[in-house]
Amino acid sequence: MKKVALVLVLLLCLVPTAALAEYITVFNWYDYIDEDVIYQFEEETGIEVKYANFTTNEEMYAKLSAGAGDYDVIFPSDYIIERMIKENGLAKLNLDNMPNVANLQEWLKKPDYDPTGEYSVAYMWGTVGILYNTDLVDHEVTSWQDIFDVERAGTKSVFMLDSIRDSLGVALKALGYSMNTRDEAQLEEAKQLLIKQRQDGIVKGYLVDETKDKMISGEAPMALMWSGDALYSMMEAEELAYVVPEEGSNVWVDAMCIPANSQKQELAEQFIDFLCRPDIARKNMEYIYYSTPIQAVVDEMDEEERSNLTLNPTQDIIDRCEFFHDISDDMEMYDRIWMEVRG
Amino acid sequence: MKRSVFAGPYVVWMVLSTIAPLLFVVYFALTSASGAFTLNNLVKFVDPIYLGVLWRSLYLAFYCTVICLVIGYPAAYFLASKDFSKNQALFVLILLPMWMNFLLRTYAMMSMIEDTGMINNLLKWMGLEPLEMIGTEGAVLMGMVYNFVPFMILPIHTSLKKMDNRIIEAAEDLGAPPAQVFYRVVMPLSLPGVISGITMVFMPAVTTFAISRLLGSGNFFLFGDIIERQFLEANDWNFGSALSLVMMALILISMSLLNKADPKQEGSGAY
Amino acid sequence: MSPRKFFRGTYLGLLLAFLYSPIVVMIALSFNGSRSRAKWGGFSFKWYAELVGDRQILSALQLTLIIAVVATVVATVLGTLAAIGIHAMKKRPAALIMNISYLPMTTPDIVTGVSLMLMFVFIKLPLGFWTMLIAHIAFDTPYVLYSVMPKLKQMNVNLYEAALDLGCTPLKAVWKVIVPQIMPGVVTGALLSFTMSLDDFVISYFTGGSTDKNLSMVIYSAARRGIEPSIYALSTIMFLVVLALLIVINKRSSLENVA
Repeated sequence: MKKVALVLVLLLCLVPTAALAEYITVFNWYDYIDEDVIYQFEEETGIEVKYANFTTNEEMYAKLSAGAGDYDVIFPSDYIIERMIKENGLAKLNLDNMPNVANLQEWLKKPDYDPTGEYSVAYMWGTVGILYNTDLVDHEVTSWQDIFDVERAGTKSVFMLDSIRDSLGVALKALGYSMNTRDEAQLEEAKQLLIKQRQDGIVKGYLVDETKDKMISGEAPMALMWSGDALYSMMEAEELAYVVPEEGSNVWVDAMCIPANSQKQELAEQFIDFLCRPDIARKNMEYIYYSTPIQAVVDEMDEEERSNLTLNPTQDIIDRCEFFHDISDDMEMYDRIWMEVRG
Repeated sequence: MKRSVFAGPYVVWMVLSTIAPLLFVVYFALTSASGAFTLNNLVKFVDPIYLGVLWRSLYLAFYCTVICLVIGYPAAYFLASKDFSKNQALFVLILLPMWMNFLLRTYAMMSMIEDTGMINNLLKWMGLEPLEMIGTEGAVLMGMVYNFVPFMILPIHTSLKKMDNRIIEAAEDLGAPPAQVFYRVVMPLSLPGVISGITMVFMPAVTTFAISRLLGSGNFFLFGDIIERQFLEANDWNFGSALSLVMMALILISMSLLNKADPKQEGSGAY
Repeated sequence: MSPRKFFRGTYLGLLLAFLYSPIVVMIALSFNGSRSRAKWGGFSFKWYAELVGDRQILSALQLTLIIAVVATVVATVLGTLAAIGIHAMKKRPAALIMNISYLPMTTPDIVTGVSLMLMFVFIKLPLGFWTMLIAHIAFDTPYVLYSVMPKLKQMNVNLYEAALDLGCTPLKAVWKVIVPQIMPGVVTGALLSFTMSLDDFVISYFTGGSTDKNLSMVIYSAARRGIEPSIYALSTIMFLVVLALLIVINKRSSLENVA
């Protein structure tokens, strides 16, 4: 009997305390917001925030389409946004309710994944590049050839990303093609480049999350990496440097959207607007340490931050990068290529 | 009232929570994304790439099982022997690491065997050549053995403890040398536990998850990785279900083989 | 000490060293002043202090324990009753049920998790606390069943019949006559269930929602930005608590049941 009582007590702990106040449900990446920002929003507006998180875009998309919960604000990346717009999964935003959105950098107001800029508001952004250890690499890293040509790279020297889009994308860029190509001959060539890179013994591993700490401890001279992760590693180890190769690369955006089935669009818009307020965006940038899309924050940066090309890439770097586009209908072909490279 | 009615709630539960979900896997495996019947998902699996991954998973799991048996049998035997059988805490100590999160333990192991990891730092400090461990099949194998060896020790230990010590004493009294007592008496009696242990190690080892990435640096896919990919990355639930179905068929085949080796069904009972 | 015992003790000692070395590393990392696992930033207690204020980790711990406890209790009752019932069945139906029950124990976690998720999604049951709990009960119960069954086989069935003849109700006869005899098996089953629940990641990952995350899921998510050492701190505390419990129980030498 005691056990039963214990179970009942434990179960009671789970019943949410009467939710009288208005609330919204936010679905964001794990550890991708300064928690104080949420508290501040709750305090200022009286709107309660229920916070859920995901680890990959695909997980978020699967849970959303499986109807695993009712969300009011979600944080998908560019190519998923393009896909969700196509599938009528996103609500049109009312920009009149969101004055702070005007703070966005010009190039992010109508990005090509959301050409009218009506469905998404950028939250954080960054690039894909090479993180390298200046103690272990004796020349300057400037080109994708540094990780594909065995003469320049050496063996067991590169951690590739365990992400088909990114790895295949940089192989395409190294060959001078677009990252979004559907041309089978070009894809075939890129596949062969990746297979050769592996056969030449350049690749030390295919990882995502673990690479940051490995680069800090000097496990390998080079790694293909997202700029946000690179910033984390560079803070911990001074000998690390990051470069977006001259052939160009991928630029990515995680943005805020409202699912089409949300019943609380106005409250959700209030939340998105709040995150675009310069003081709040600044706080989040300091916590996450990714590039912020809010121009006012960039303008207020100190000299050190401004000159940090990883945190604050020049327009010239951005211009040689491209967004990923939705390739969901060709996913099978991509998956096949990746299996051949990895298998 | 017949005593068998006590099984009623469980039978209902079993149908809902074991059989029904498996039917869903079969359904998804045999349909296309639009819901029409198709065998394409299974045909797609018959491809050197996927078969190669399956083969690698099988032989790594096989080695893992053999190593676990070689390490685990003596351990279970010693723990059940007069020398240590009174020391129950020792036995629980073997199980205790399983209470620590599997991912954290695997991360910790990764920190140990990296090129710049603790073992190599120690070797360097002692003036020895560093070893290349991380990213190899050997590292993956070690991680598997680490995780699954308690599952081998547990059932063997249980079956050895159930054994009547008087049988051994009788054999000894009749003049059998220790080696013969072991091979003729102890081994056959512990066989159900061994079979149970083999199942408990081999099955999860075939589909092990995360170990290949953390300790193998993602250098080779295992079967569990490609099933996971279908659901979390490639978003092809139908093909993922077909791969799961292949996995289940493998299990049913090996279960019936094991049942043949253990006609009295004691193996499963030894757990 | 005989040479034989010395050899056996050394063997077990080496095995324990192998099993515990990563745990020692984990404990060491919980005192690491640096956030990164790759750098030693001096000895520090700060992650323990931070743990106290970490809502996410603490609520994950709460969820993990609630799920593990509830699932274990339900699975133990369900599995024990099932074993008692199946034991009284004819050979064929009993073998059928036992064989089907064997499936979840040997099915790869990923298949179990995925198949349950497919079912929940199909019947439109929103993924979250309840689906995760159902999944845990589903994979825990067979362990109880298989732990209890051997003990039933060793038991004298006539006692139960005798109790009925003497006027006991069936439930009372089970409670008073059978359960005491099979208690060691029940405890083993409960212990195994609890262990499985506590450590499960894959099945929870597929069947849990996005707001209800257990400890394993938080650890997996946290890995994206580098595991916070406060998670190591929590694990260290959990480990020491269990170890202390073990020592206390062992002192009272009532561990017969556990094994």
